[in-house]
Amino acid sequence: MTRRKVHTSMRFSTLIYTIKQGIVNIFRNKWYSLASMATISACLFMFGIFYSLVANFQYIVKEAQDGVAVTVFFEEGISDERIAEIGSLIEKRAEVSHVNFVSADAAWESFKDDYLGEYADGFGDDNPLPNSANYEVYLNDVSMQDSLVTYVESLDGVRRVNRSEVTANTLSGMNKLIGYASAGIIAILLAVSIFLISNTVTIGISVRKEEINIMKYIGATDFFVRAPFVIEGILIGLAGSVLPLAIIYVIYNNVIAYVSTRFSMLSQLLKFLTVDQVFQVLMPISLIIGIGIGFFGSFSTVRKHIRV
Amino acid sequence: MITLENVSKAYSTGAPALNNVSLKIEAGEFVFVVGDSGSGKSTLIKLLLRELLPTSGKIMVNDIDVASLRHKQIPKYRRKLGVVFQDFRLLKDRNVYENVAFAQRIVQTPSKEIKKNVPSILSTVGLAGKYKARPKQLSGGEQQRVALARALVNNPPILLADEPTGNLDPKNSWEIMKLLEEINERGTTVLVVTHNREIVNAMKKRVITMNKGVIVNDEKEGTYIDEI
Repeated sequence: MTRRKVHTSMRFSTLIYTIKQGIVNIFRNKWYSLASMATISACLFMFGIFYSLVANFQYIVKEAQDGVAVTVFFEEGISDERIAEIGSLIEKRAEVSHVNFVSADAAWESFKDDYLGEYADGFGDDNPLPNSANYEVYLNDVSMQDSLVTYVESLDGVRRVNRSEVTANTLSGMNKLIGYASAGIIAILLAVSIFLISNTVTIGISVRKEEINIMKYIGATDFFVRAPFVIEGILIGLAGSVLPLAIIYVIYNNVIAYVSTRFSMLSQLLKFLTVDQVFQVLMPISLIIGIGIGFFGSFSTVRKHIRV
Repeated sequence: MITLENVSKAYSTGAPALNNVSLKIEAGEFVFVVGDSGSGKSTLIKLLLRELLPTSGKIMVNDIDVASLRHKQIPKYRRKLGVVFQDFRLLKDRNVYENVAFAQRIVQTPSKEIKKNVPSILSTVGLAGKYKARPKQLSGGEQQRVALARALVNNPPILLADEPTGNLDPKNSWEIMKLLEEINERGTTVLVVTHNREIVNAMKKRVITMNKGVIVNDEKEGTYIDEI
C-alpha cells in the first residue's frame, strides 16, 4: 500500500466543501431546519408587527410635537433690527427646531381667515392688530418648552410669550410612556425569541452529537466540525428572518392603503410612516437577530459537544 | 511504535480501569488484546485515542507523548491512527463513498485525489459496487468494511480496532479479520481488542490478556486464556 500525501494547509476546495456541507445539512435535517426557521420567523414576525406599531405611534406623537409652537410677541415700537436679533438668539437654542416670522399683516390675514370670515370686510384695509407681529418657535423637544419660555421672556423687547403647556406636557409624557413601554415589550419579545430560537438550535444539534463525535474520532479539527453547523445556522437564521420581513412588507402596505381609502379623515389627521421608513430600521434589526442567533446558537452548541 | 510505561487510569467512581500497565508494540506487529468485560481493554483504546488521559504513567505513540498533547494537536495526532469500532460509527446520512471521502476531506486531500483514492480503498475492502449505498442499506459486515476503508484511506501507520467483530456473524467476522491481516502484511501496525476466542486462537498472533486493569499474559503466537 503506497503512502498518500497528507495536506495540512487550508484549501479553497475545503472551504467550498464546508459551505456546501452547511447547505446540504439543511436538507438532510429538513424537519429540524423547518422547525428552527419557523421559530425564528414567528418570533421575528411578532417583533416586526410590534415594532411597526410602536414606530408609527412614536411618529404620530412626534408629528404632533413638531406642530407645537411657542409664539413670541414684541414690545411696541421695537426696531426691525432688534426683532432680527431676537430671532437669531432664539434660533441658536439647541431645543429650537425652526423659527417663523409672522408680520402684523400676515397675523391679521390669518386671524381673519380663522375667525372672522366675511365679517372682516368691515375693516377695509386697516389692520386692527398692529402689534401682532411675532415669531412662531418650533421645538425639537417639547419637554424643553419651559426653559425656552423663561429664556425668551428675559430678552429685551419681548412683550409676551404664548405657549401651550398642556399639549406640550401631554405629548412629552406620552412620548416617554411609549418609549419606556415599547422598550420593555421589545426587550421581552427579544428575550423570548432568543430563548426559543436558541433552544431549537440546541436541540437540533444535540441529536447530532454522535455525528460530531465520529468526526472528532477520525481527526477532524474543531473548525472542520463546527463550520458546516455554523453555516447551516446562519442560513436558517437568514431564511427565518427574510420570511417575516416579506410578510410584514406586504401586510404593512395593504393596511396603510386600506386605512387611507376607508378612513380618509383619519389619514388626514394622522400621518403614517412609509414601509421604506419602517424597514430602514426593522430590516437590519431582524436580519441581525436572525443571523446572529443562528450563528451564536450553532457555534456555542457545537462547542459543548466538540471536546471529545 | 506504541509504548505504555506504568500507565494507570482511575475513574472517579473508584476501582482503577488500568493499574500500572507497561507494554511495547513494535511497528508492523499484529496484536490482540483480550479479556473479560471491565478488564481495561476499552480504556486502553480510549487512552491511545486520547479520548481519556492517564492518571499516571506515560503513553508514547509514534514518538508522541500522548498525554501532553494540547486540544488543538489532537486531530493531527488522531489522523495517524485508523480506528474501527464495534458499532461501526458511520455517518448515517451519507453514502459509502461520502463516509470514506470524509476522512480524506479532514486531511484536506484535493478532490482529484479523493476521487482516485476512495474507489481504490473501497475495492480493497470489497465494496466497489456499493459506493452509493447508505449505511442502513448494508449488512453489518459491509458496514464494518466501510469503517475499515475510512480508517485506512489516509494510510495511517497504526490501526486500532475495538471489538471489530462484536456485531458480526462468524463468516463476516472472518472476512474482517482476513482484511486486517492483509492490512498488517502491508506494513500497518494493527491492535485488535476482541472477545472472539475462535479467531484469536486460529490466527496465531501476539495476544495480550488483561484482567482487572492489569496485563496478566503477553504471548507471541498466543491463545485466548479463559481462566486467569
